[in-house]
Amino acid sequence: MPQLIKDRAIADDRWTLIRDIDQFATVPADVPVIVPLAFWQPQRDALLARGNVGVWLAPNDDPAALAGDIGQLPLIAVDFPKFTDGRGYSTGRLLREKYGYTGELRAIGDILRDQLYYLHACGFNAFAVRADRDLADALKGFGDFSDNYQTTVDRPVPLFRRREASDGGVLPA
Amino acid sequence: MYRYDQYDQRFVDERVAQFRDQTRRFLAGELTEDEFRPLRLQNGLYIQRYAPMLRIAVPYGLLSSTQLRTLAHIGRKYDRGYGHFTTRQNIQFNWPRLEDTPDILAELARVEMHAIQTSGNCIRNITSDHFAGVAGDELLDPRPYCELFRQWSTLHPEFAYLPRKFKIAVSGSTIDRAATLVHDIGVHAVRNDAGEVGFRVLVGGGLGRTPIVGHVIREFVPRAEVLNYFDAIMRVYNRFGRRDNMYKARIKILVKEMKLDVFREHVETEWERLQGGPATVTDAEIARLSTFFDAPAYVKLPGEDAGFRSAVADNRAFANWVKRNVFPHKVPGYAAVTLSLKKTGMPPGDATSNQMDAVADLADAYSFGELRVSHEQNLIFADVRQEALLALWGELKDLGFATPNIGLLTDIICCPGGDFCSLANAKSIPIAEAIQRRFDDLDYLYDLGDIALNISGCMNACGHHHVGNIGVLGVDKNGEEWYQVSIGGDQGMQASLGKVIGPSFAAKEMPDVVERLVDVYVERRHEDERFIDTVRRLGIDPFKERVYAAAH
Repeated sequence: MPQLIKDRAIADDRWTLIRDIDQFATVPADVPVIVPLAFWQPQRDALLARGNVGVWLAPNDDPAALAGDIGQLPLIAVDFPKFTDGRGYSTGRLLREKYGYTGELRAIGDILRDQLYYLHACGFNAFAVRADRDLADALKGFGDFSDNYQTTVDRPVPLFRRREASDGGVLPA
Repeated sequence: MYRYDQYDQRFVDERVAQFRDQTRRFLAGELTEDEFRPLRLQNGLYIQRYAPMLRIAVPYGLLSSTQLRTLAHIGRKYDRGYGHFTTRQNIQFNWPRLEDTPDILAELARVEMHAIQTSGNCIRNITSDHFAGVAGDELLDPRPYCELFRQWSTLHPEFAYLPRKFKIAVSGSTIDRAATLVHDIGVHAVRNDAGEVGFRVLVGGGLGRTPIVGHVIREFVPRAEVLNYFDAIMRVYNRFGRRDNMYKARIKILVKEMKLDVFREHVETEWERLQGGPATVTDAEIARLSTFFDAPAYVKLPGEDAGFRSAVADNRAFANWVKRNVFPHKVPGYAAVTLSLKKTGMPPGDATSNQMDAVADLADAYSFGELRVSHEQNLIFADVRQEALLALWGELKDLGFATPNIGLLTDIICCPGGDFCSLANAKSIPIAEAIQRRFDDLDYLYDLGDIALNISGCMNACGHHHVGNIGVLGVDKNGEEWYQVSIGGDQGMQASLGKVIGPSFAAKEMPDVVERLVDVYVERRHEDERFIDTVRRLGIDPFKERVYAAAH
């Protein structure tokens, strides 16, 4: 079984990523699938009835398209066709912070060790690291930094407010 | 100036360790060139024409003497004994070795410096007014906010892979000395009808291939909301900015194609959600940051020093220098001094390691151990006692930094150009030097008064040629170096972009071209009219006619 990084550990990947929708028909009904948004939208009810379904978003897909289904999707993936295409970082934050998504948020595509720290800060908790790379090596990416100045998904209170708190101030509720 | 606490120090230390490992993996073949490129760029490292170039951040242009000594040391140990101050108030070294870069970054971290995000498609060094905190025309000292913005933009996890580079400039004054109108975001301190000081925010300005003057996106953003508002702008840009064509990827193109009103709607919608949230700036943080920029231990002095006044009266050369290189200070008896890095024969903005060490000593002796870099590529001592100006002038003359030409035709803004840069179409430094040699008569230069001449070796416009009163752009024609000339550009609150006067010129023609432009000005100017105002009044035609008539 293929593997990925989930919650900062190497884990088996049960999910089949459907990039080409023609491929969908060949997948047994009990295999969990991640389908593209363009397939999800017209087939939503049938896919929900099937179960075991997640949706992946392309860089230019609007996460608002999943706003109504946030509670029903165990997995949302965001595609990074090239690691230098940073749109997915905003997509991740919007899913977590604006739409309140709490399920598995998976980064797929050109996912490499040197981007994991930032991706994690933007709300991703699963990483389908590119197949030619070593997962154990990629795990080291989480240790690049021990904090952020900014508001992040994993640490919503920015450093300047925590500095204040450490000086005897009060953390915001 | 700002001093790191344990958090700031840990960020730069961790960054050094991260880049050391990335460099190791690249050299070991574990990272491809394409994978390594954005990582090294975000640490300031370019691969240049002859060697790598390392650009080091000088946040909003502020340096301590200790930091400058470290830069001098880096120039000596890892480079060829000099550095180049840039139009982003940074410094770059043109000859370091890739393998040495992690060690250089480690040396920088020891004096609270870094090269983070000085290149790449991310938020670059925040720039500001080089007279911040000492100018009499300020609504607020921008430096605490610049530091707030520095921290907000540093290692921002969401905005490290933007469509293109992103530059922010901040002015706390009614006079814009930071070219804020030609930045991706420009910020002006303003007072609203209720008497509160906040920020006017401009967006979509920039030079480069498609020069555009920025548009006001919001007349007033409360100071507490500024980071929320920035996050909103950045998120809209990150999501919708073009990524299909790097020449159309800057925010200015997005704003133009989307239309300002639609762009603003997106930003306002995003801001509405963020308002009052955790990134809202607290008074306590501003108070903390402001303490680092408290006034130094000024002595109570009379408004004008008698010895200084008589030296100005008696010594014409000193008086000339005072007139051009000394800027009034808000505290009586003090002045801000510009060290000209525009001596004829020296590449504009360059300083040797020995000069840097000497400047550091002078900063300690004359200006509380601090200095600034201006985006015009000069250095500033912001807090000099008037009574010490004569002695300082003498020291600066010995160093070659007392050329009394600030704001004059020979105070040329100039990129490194084809002598160093692999992007350049043409050399720029020799053009600057040829023009400086032609205009070597100081009396004539003083008579001409303020003329900004800016030279870029390519479309990327590092020399800000579009906002030069006279702008020179290096172009490539069939493998030869040619120069396109524009006039009428200006920075400041009334920023304008220069208009190209016609077909380009060979390098050897450039001094004549500039001379003819200046001749038209001298003949047609009204009394006390600056070059830029004459150009605005007359339009470009009389200038164009003279230049091209003479050419045939």
